[in-house]
Formats: sequence, C-alpha cells, structure tokens
Amino acid sequence: MAEGLRLDGLCILRGETPLIEVDATVPPGEVLTVMGPSGVGKSTLLAYLTGTLPKGFAGMGRVFLGGQEITDLPPHARRLGILFQDDLLFPHLSVGANAAFGLAPGGPAARRRRAVAEALADVGLGGFEDRDPATLSGGQKARVALVRMLLSEPRALLLDEAFSGLDATLRAQTRRLVFDRARARALPVLMVTHDADDARAAGGAVLEMQAWRPTDRRAP
Amino acid sequence: MPLWLRLLPALTLLAMLGPVAAGLAGTLLPALGVYPAAGRTGGSVQPLRALLDWPGLAAAVRLSVTTGLVSTMAALGIVTLFLAGWSGTRAFRVLELLLSPLLSVPHAATAFGLAFLIAPSGWIVRLLSPWATGWERPPDVIVTQDPWGLSMAAGLTVKEMPFLLLMALAALGQSDWRRRMRVATALGYGRVAGWLKAVFPAVYAQIRLPVYVVLAYSMSVVDVALILGPSTPPTLSVQIVRWMGDPDLAMRLTAAAAAMLQLALVAGALALWRLGEVAVARIGLRWIARGGRGAGADPVLRPLALGAAGLSAASVLLGLFTLAIWSVAGFWGFPDALPEGLSGRSWMRFARDGGGAIAQTAIIAAVATGVALALVIGCLEAEHRRRRPLSQKGLWLIYLPLLVPQTAFLPGLQTLLLTAGLSSGIGPVILAHIVFVLPYVFLSLGDPWRAWEPRYATVAAALGTTPTGTLWRVRLPMLLRPVLIAAAVGASVSVGQYLPTLIVGGGRVETLTTEAVALASGGDRRAIGTWGLAQTAAVILPFALALILPALIFRNRRGLHG
Repeated sequence: MAEGLRLDGLCILRGETPLIEVDATVPPGEVLTVMGPSGVGKSTLLAYLTGTLPKGFAGMGRVFLGGQEITDLPPHARRLGILFQDDLLFPHLSVGANAAFGLAPGGPAARRRRAVAEALADVGLGGFEDRDPATLSGGQKARVALVRMLLSEPRALLLDEAFSGLDATLRAQTRRLVFDRARARALPVLMVTHDADDARAAGGAVLEMQAWRPTDRRAP
Repeated sequence: MPLWLRLLPALTLLAMLGPVAAGLAGTLLPALGVYPAAGRTGGSVQPLRALLDWPGLAAAVRLSVTTGLVSTMAALGIVTLFLAGWSGTRAFRVLELLLSPLLSVPHAATAFGLAFLIAPSGWIVRLLSPWATGWERPPDVIVTQDPWGLSMAAGLTVKEMPFLLLMALAALGQSDWRRRMRVATALGYGRVAGWLKAVFPAVYAQIRLPVYVVLAYSMSVVDVALILGPSTPPTLSVQIVRWMGDPDLAMRLTAAAAAMLQLALVAGALALWRLGEVAVARIGLRWIARGGRGAGADPVLRPLALGAAGLSAASVLLGLFTLAIWSVAGFWGFPDALPEGLSGRSWMRFARDGGGAIAQTAIIAAVATGVALALVIGCLEAEHRRRRPLSQKGLWLIYLPLLVPQTAFLPGLQTLLLTAGLSSGIGPVILAHIVFVLPYVFLSLGDPWRAWEPRYATVAAALGTTPTGTLWRVRLPMLLRPVLIAAAVGASVSVGQYLPTLIVGGGRVETLTTEAVALASGGDRRAIGTWGLAQTAAVILPFALALILPALIFRNRRGLHG
C-alpha cells in the first residue's frame, strides 16, 4: 500500500483520437480530483481503471495499486471500489443483502450479519437491514452504496460524480462521510467531478482536463 | 470468457438452422427421385411429373399465393391505418391492451372461434335469426372453407394483426414519432396523411422482417387451412401433408416435389413483395413531393381504421367466447342464440381423454422453452461480454427459420429421421419445436437484456464478483420478469405448433393442438370448443405465471415494479 494508486503514462483513445492523458500518483489517504466539463472523458478514465472500457475506446499505460500492477487483471480481481452518481443499489435485494454483497464470501452467517449491522449503524442506518432500497431517501441510498463498497475492503476508491445527484446540504455531509472513511482506511481516492466545491472539499491535488483539440497534439 | 460461453452462439445457430438445412436437403433429394428408404437411388423426374399431373395443382398454388398475400396485406394495412389514425390516443391504448394477449392465442383456436362465429349456423347468424333474417334453418351458403380461401385469409388476418401491431409498436418507440408528427401537424398535414408520410417509412423499415415472416407463414400454414380453408382442392401445404400421410411411399416423393414448389412459391412471393416495397416507396415519394395535406381524409379513414382494428380484435375474442359456450352447451338448436341448457359432459370427457395430450404438451413446451432460454441467455451474455451487439446479418439469421416454409423442410426432416433409423417420437419433436421457439425467445428477451444498466455489472465487479457470479446473482434476478415473459412466449409458440408435432412426431405424438386440429373434420362442436379452449388456456397459463411470479417474489421490492 506504500505507493497508493499510480497511473503511469495513461492515455485513452476514442478510435484513433487521444481523448485524455494522465500521469499521476495518489498517495494513501489522499484525494486526486480530476476536473473538467462533461464529455472530456473523465468517466472513461475510470472505466479504464475498473477494466470496463466501452467498445470503441482503447487505453494505454499502466496502473499500479500498492506497488502491484493491475492493468491486465480482470475487473473483479482489481479491488477498486467505485461510487457513481446513481446509487446503483441492486433493486432485487434488501438493504442488508446489498451491503452483504460486498463482504468477502465465507465465514459464519452470524458474523456476516454482525458485520453488516455494524457497518450500517456506523453511517446512521442501524436496523435498516430488511428495508427495500427503493423506499430510502437519496442520502440514505448513497450511504448504503458507500457501506456496500467499504465492506468489500477495496484498496482504492474511485468516485464518478458520486455527489452530483444530491442537494447542497446532503452533498456536503455525504462528501465528508466518504472522505473521512477513506482517510481512516488510508485509501487513495480518485475523484472525477465537474464541481469546484467537490475539489475544494477534497483538499488534494487537482487535475484540470480540457476537451482535446487537434491543435493540442504534441509531437511524439 | 469461458469456452462454453464462447461456443454458445454457434451452438444456438446449429440448433436453429441445422434442422432447417437438414430438412431442406432431406426434401430436395426425394423431390429429385432419390429415396433410399423406398429403394430408389437413381434420381428421376417422376416425382415432379406426378406433381404436375395432379389436377388440383393450379388451384392449390393459386390458393397458397392469394391467401398469403391477401392476409398479409390486410393485416399490415389495418395495423398501419390504425397506428396512423389513433396512436397516442386513449382508444389506442384500450385496443392495445385487448390485442396484446391475443398475440398468444394459438392459430387453431383462433380459426375454430372464427368458424363458429361466421359459419351459416354460427353465432352471428343465430343472433340475427330469425327476427332480422327470417331464417329458421341455417342458410345454404358456403362461408367457411369457401373455394377462394376468403375465410381462411380472414382468419390469418385477425391472427397476424396483433403480432404486426406489437412489432410496429416496438419500432414506433424508436422512431421519435411524436416530434415527427408535431412537425407534420404544424405544417398543416392531416393525422393519417402526416403519419404515413413522416413516420411510416421509419416504422416499416423496422418491421420488414416480421412482415416477411407473416407472409411466408400465411402462405404455408396448415392448421388454419384445415379449419377454414377449402378441401377440394386444399392449399398446397395441406396437400403436402396429405401426401406425406399416404401409406404409399411413392406419394412421399410427390410430397417432396410439392414441398420444393412451396419453397419456390414463398421465395417468389417474398421477391414480389420486395418489388412491391420498391414500387410503394417510389410512388410514396412522389405522393410526398406533391405536398397534399390530406386533412380531409381523416374523418373517413380514422373511423375506418378503428372499425377494422376493433372488428379484428372482436372476432378473436368473440370466437373464443363462442368456443366457451359450445364447450358447456347442452342441446343448442338453430336459431337459438344460446343453448337450452348447460352441460359439463364435454369437459368431463376432456378430463377423461385429455390427460395424455396435456402431459405431452407440457413436457414438449417445458423442455423446448428451457433449452431455448438457456441458449438465448448464453448468446446474449456472450454478446454483452464481447461488447459487440447483434448485427443486421445476425438478425436475418434469427428470422431465417421463420422465413422458410414449414412444409418445405419438415417433411425432409422426417424422411431423414426415418432413413437414419431414428424413431420419430417426442425427442425429435422437441428438437423441431426449438427451431421455432428459439427465434421468438431471442426477439422477446433481446431488448430488455440490452437495456439493462451495465454499471450494475461494473459495481458487482468492483465488489469482487466474477462475470458469471454477476449473471446469476444480479442480472438474472433483476431481469426475472422479462426472462419469464420470454419463457411464456416460447411456451406459447411451442403449444401452438401443429405441423412440427404432426410430421416429425410421425403422427404418434399427441398434443392439445394436434388433437384439436384433428377434430376439425369431425364437426363435433362441443369437443372442438373444449379442446380449443384448453389449448388457449395452455398458452395463457405461462403468461399469467410470468406476470404473477415476479410480483410475488419481489412484492417488497418497489424498484422492480413497472
């Protein structure tokens, strides 16, 4: 974990056209904010990191997590936690089952239940295990998504406009909750946002992205 | 991607097209006089000559072509006019709700219901007699089984109309028709004319393959032709089945030659239809260029469209209702509108005799649907993991088994089975059903499968779940409803199959459909009512389960409702 998350000479192409270039290291417990207007390929950068780049895009460069290269690992073996703008809670599962989905398999059922209960209580959702996620408020859903992600014990955290769907007060609260938890676990955080408030609250380095134009082409 | 998943698309194509290709080959050889089972290996033009010498040939060919073209044009015409005149209105939604379940009503039940309705002693005449018509006895006119095949074409029209309407509705959803219509209306176009000029081309381009399927099917259908079509001579496809059933093996060669002719007829009709499309497109472009607003036609065309669509739906529903009355009728003399008394005898007889057919129907439908569902889910999952959607060419391949007339390849398939020494039983019948069940399951599940939010897969992977784990624990449960509906569609296709069961089963596999159609020649209306209704119930039950089960299982999961 000494090195955090390192993006080594990353370049994402749409077809033949370079879309975004990043070369950065996020130390454990710190936040790197990637800012820029929509359409510059910020989410595509995260898709490359999670190994789910859509068809038509290609990525180059290497990704290291805690000193280990994860560039070619299958998505489910990378252990990168991700939060989207939408909560993406599984609608067929209860709140508790959603949270438990992140837990590593195995162990006695009672211990799994306790882990879920404690994690939910930790974000102020004690006793919510049997609730239908569709009946929760936006802020509650965001917290369940956070719990589910943290229970999977990720080694880094990716935030894809994770707070954009929330109103101002809730947004600040949720942001603090996420950053606090990440810092407590010494997780490197890579946050993609178009909101300057998010970047200020994160307090870390900021990478400004611009729409790529042909005139920006550098000589190789 | 695991190897088995990589191989699934090829396996699916094999299950779908293998029997078609083998069957066509197995038909072609006997048509050319090669039939080792009867000791003929040389090849000759004798089968062809026997076919040409058959005196009914010209009439049979004419019947196949006219009933196919007339019913397809009528069904497409009604759907088009109805969409043009009424899409987006309340009347439209009401009829849409009425028509959707009709899609699954088996062809045979629809045909029987229509026959009971429009026959000289049918319900319509009974309702009008004697007070309006003065008839105390059924009039001596031919209505069903008329020599021109008009009642048969009517039966096919009312049966295929809901199918084309549902296909057109799906296409309409992708056509941005509201904005197109807003533009057309702002420019002063009438509703029908504006829709035909601005929306129809986009919709038709999407439903072209289903229209071809309806044409190919209507030209070669057997069960509807046995119930509503003329018998001397019958349509070409019915004659093929008669020859196939002849104890004289030489007749199978004639049947094979006729099957090749049937294939050529369908290919020719499809080519003709394609030419018609080009002509209509040219004329349509000129019509559009002239700029007529056509607003004056709406008061005539809109009621006409509503009437035609309503009549079509009503004739199926009333037909089923008539089947229901007959199934519980005691004595019912003409011209009484209702039977004198009710009787449970028909259903008691059905309970005594129908068990075997019910079991066979259920087993065949369950296995065929299960296999088809597994193959389709595998194909869609492979498509998802490769991130490569189905191409236009792939779509053609899925429609292909529905475009080849059943009478052209099923006889060959049975001949091959005999030659290979395989007994024709329930196993081959299931394989033959899969050929027809697969495409419909694929078409039913494809859109909801692809519409699933792929970030759920990203989240699951980020939580450490393998792709296969995601399929079982996230995607399939979330898509339970569309999966069950696709299964119901598959089961209804299987239940309704007449020819594959009859021919590939060698006449020894009895299902609700084969037994119901076999009653056609007997004229026992009470038995027909019972069996026809049982056949309909057999397709409605899976749909009911597909709607009820997810609602029960996910009763506390609001996110999965609607």
